[in-house]
Amino acid sequence: MTKTVKIFSHAISRRSFLISVGSLGVAVAFGGLVRNAFGATMSLVGEGDYLPNAWVTIAGDGTVTIMSPASEMGQGIMTTLPLLIAEEMDADWEMVRIVQAPSDADKYGNPGFYGIQLTGGSESTRGYYELLRLTGAQTRKVLLSSAANMLDVSVGELTTEPGRVVHARTGRSLSYGQIATDGSLPDPLPQVTEADLKPTDQWRYIGRRDIPRIDLPSKVDGSAVYGIDVQLPDMLYGAVLRAPVQGEQPERIDDSEARALPGITHIVPLSYGVGIIGETVEATRRAKDLLNVTWSTSSRVRNYTSDRLLEHYRDVGRDLSQTGVEAFSEGDADSAITNAATVIEVDYMSDLVCHATMEPMNATALVTGDTVEIWAPTQGPTGTQGFAAEVVGTTPDKVKVNVTLLGGGFGRKAEADFIVDAVSLAKEVEGRPVKVIWSREDDVRHDKFRPLEAQHIQVGLDVNGNITGWRHRIVADSIFARTNAELFASAGGHDDVVTEGAHFNYTVPGHRIEYIRQDNGLDIGFWFAVGVGYTRFSIECVIDEIAAARGTDPLQLRLELLKDQPRARNVIETVGQMAEWDRERDGRALGLAYSDAFGSHCAQIAEVSLNRETGVIRVHKVWCAVDPGVAIQPRHIEGMMIVGITNGTGHALFEQINIVNGEVQEGNFDTYRVIRMSEAPEIEVAVVPTSGSPVGGIGQAGLPPVGPAIANAVARLTGGVRLRHYPFLPERVKAALGA
Amino acid sequence: MTAFTINGRVVDVDAAQDTPLLWVIREHLQLTGTKFGCGIAQCGACTVHIDGAPTRSCVTWLEDVAGREVTTIEGLSPDASHPLQKAWIDEQVPQCGYCQSGQLMQAAALLESNPNPTREQIIEHMDGNICRCGTYVRVISAIQRAAREA
Repeated sequence: MTKTVKIFSHAISRRSFLISVGSLGVAVAFGGLVRNAFGATMSLVGEGDYLPNAWVTIAGDGTVTIMSPASEMGQGIMTTLPLLIAEEMDADWEMVRIVQAPSDADKYGNPGFYGIQLTGGSESTRGYYELLRLTGAQTRKVLLSSAANMLDVSVGELTTEPGRVVHARTGRSLSYGQIATDGSLPDPLPQVTEADLKPTDQWRYIGRRDIPRIDLPSKVDGSAVYGIDVQLPDMLYGAVLRAPVQGEQPERIDDSEARALPGITHIVPLSYGVGIIGETVEATRRAKDLLNVTWSTSSRVRNYTSDRLLEHYRDVGRDLSQTGVEAFSEGDADSAITNAATVIEVDYMSDLVCHATMEPMNATALVTGDTVEIWAPTQGPTGTQGFAAEVVGTTPDKVKVNVTLLGGGFGRKAEADFIVDAVSLAKEVEGRPVKVIWSREDDVRHDKFRPLEAQHIQVGLDVNGNITGWRHRIVADSIFARTNAELFASAGGHDDVVTEGAHFNYTVPGHRIEYIRQDNGLDIGFWFAVGVGYTRFSIECVIDEIAAARGTDPLQLRLELLKDQPRARNVIETVGQMAEWDRERDGRALGLAYSDAFGSHCAQIAEVSLNRETGVIRVHKVWCAVDPGVAIQPRHIEGMMIVGITNGTGHALFEQINIVNGEVQEGNFDTYRVIRMSEAPEIEVAVVPTSGSPVGGIGQAGLPPVGPAIANAVARLTGGVRLRHYPFLPERVKAALGA
Repeated sequence: MTAFTINGRVVDVDAAQDTPLLWVIREHLQLTGTKFGCGIAQCGACTVHIDGAPTRSCVTWLEDVAGREVTTIEGLSPDASHPLQKAWIDEQVPQCGYCQSGQLMQAAALLESNPNPTREQIIEHMDGNICRCGTYVRVISAIQRAAREA
């Protein structure tokens, strides 16, 4: 599905111009770049540089500075997106410098993701792909026109080499630096359409394995600047004591001991906690422990006890009289199930999981009158502007957000609570920046967890074992009801991030997905792959359950259900060959799972063994075949698959948050268990793009299949023992073995 | 005032004796390559060398390092030329990168005492360093490469 996009442009001044694509204005710029918080990867632009548009600046020495509009949280986006511009403008990659774009959604918003700057949903490459290539092509055309003028030849006689316009007939050429120095913008400006994009066989950079990520040198010598690393003159430190139960407020604050500590300057009562400002980070951390606060006891979250609630959610899923919002319906799943020869009816569940990004929540803010400047590891600069403006009583345009590198994001840093902390405290000390750093315990206990959820699945089979109907009921609280109430309302109360992934590409005659919303007051949020992480767990396990019921090989069953989908079949067949699917392993078994989520096809096979005495599962190896449509940077795609598989293994085996009467029981890595090196599987990845396909999302595509691949392997190892509850804790495994 | 040597430079720090070395390094001395991850020696992000031994700076107090030699990621090599730093680039190890200073400092101590570790020895030595992105397989490859190429 290709839509035609045309870029319109006109000159604003002799050295800058406006580009618009579709209904969206994307670039108006002239003047120096905005200073931001980057160290190693930043380069400043001098006065008088040639600025063909808001994305690209060409300096007289040939340095090409390209804006990176998305947040770099480890997914390599800071290399990928600028590479698209460099490709089409024929920049010399060695001469490219990359700068984090300022918070300015009009110029740098993602046209495929609400037009704002929000990095998430594996939407960055997909959303910017067309725009940035067109911007690069436009830039190249402008350079060609300028050069034609300078050389007094027609544009048609010119070609480009990296960083250079060439006139082959006379052997003359101009570097981009020379054009930037002496050229002027053509009038009228050349226009571009998709037809101006390079044919794929002329790509110089896209698809190459040997282009390293540009952020990595700074990440091996300590010079990378994450939010927590921001150092500003006159900076103060802040800490916030939060209520033990979400929604409670401080009723009485005894701050006598905290206030007496040397270096503490302010104690600031907040609606959700108590803030502390001081001269050193250690003083604020200590003072926080010395506060004596009496909290209100009226929050409804006090009723939240996760294991009890999950049982309730499971019962709701089973109780078909409780109907929810229909998320998807095709054919007549209900009567197919009623009339089926066999019905498979199962419950799948998952516990709350925590983000625990290695870099805990933090932000630095400076309030001066009605303006705010923020330095933060945020996924959502546009949203941040709004929240900060609200705290100070100003407008979002008065808030400047400097996006630093992110020490992990996983959706947590799309929230603004840590930024609100910094702005709330900075407001008390106008003119001085305040850096707020959360403790790990606060980071875990006051996370916005992935929803607690139960799923009830019914599948009808005919006498030959063919699927006739598939009914999928998802019981969980809503993320969008809190984070995007407008969207939630306009979708009629459906939350398509909570149910994400339930809609699959297997061919079934009747398919119905329902969302039965619960509301227990706890803030829940986006996590790595969000809903897909659990919906594909249940779906991929149920496919294996069907295969077992039919006596069909699960790999063959998937191929059968994906008859008309060559890309899906290819990754499944490829991973089958990689793992030698048909070869028996002594004391071990293989399990397979597949996902088409985020626009990429990904199949994985896990090899596991099991200690039946202890219930401990060991994942030895995972093979992965992924088709991202276009493999812009194949080696980085492998890296992201490693992230998804390793993280996904840990989340399937260990990760669990327990809440009792509203209080989170875990607090640090000693109680919230994440995967360690000794538990990580070996991994082999094949990247198998399909020419002519749309570009897929990669950030989260590697996580969903690994959990069900592990569960399916355990079932094959144990003669059919099913694990249907994330995480697969040893006691749950033992209970399943004993059942 | 407490005096110690950090990356070859003698510093005199005006902070309470029981201040965690981590915060002294990061905020007083503004060497921010050493990271805060947990504060209780569970993740290894804050790993530095004290007199050559890998140490969690989040549970080391300022008074503990008086007169001693501390090395942080910034002092591992003058120009990112340590075999591990080169191997980390060659293997494209970091994702978000936040834990990698600690991983590198922990790994450097391993190669110092055991220039040719087995895979099992690498895992045993590195198991206290959490990488939330899960780059472990590339960390192992990079340590093996550094051992090979050093």
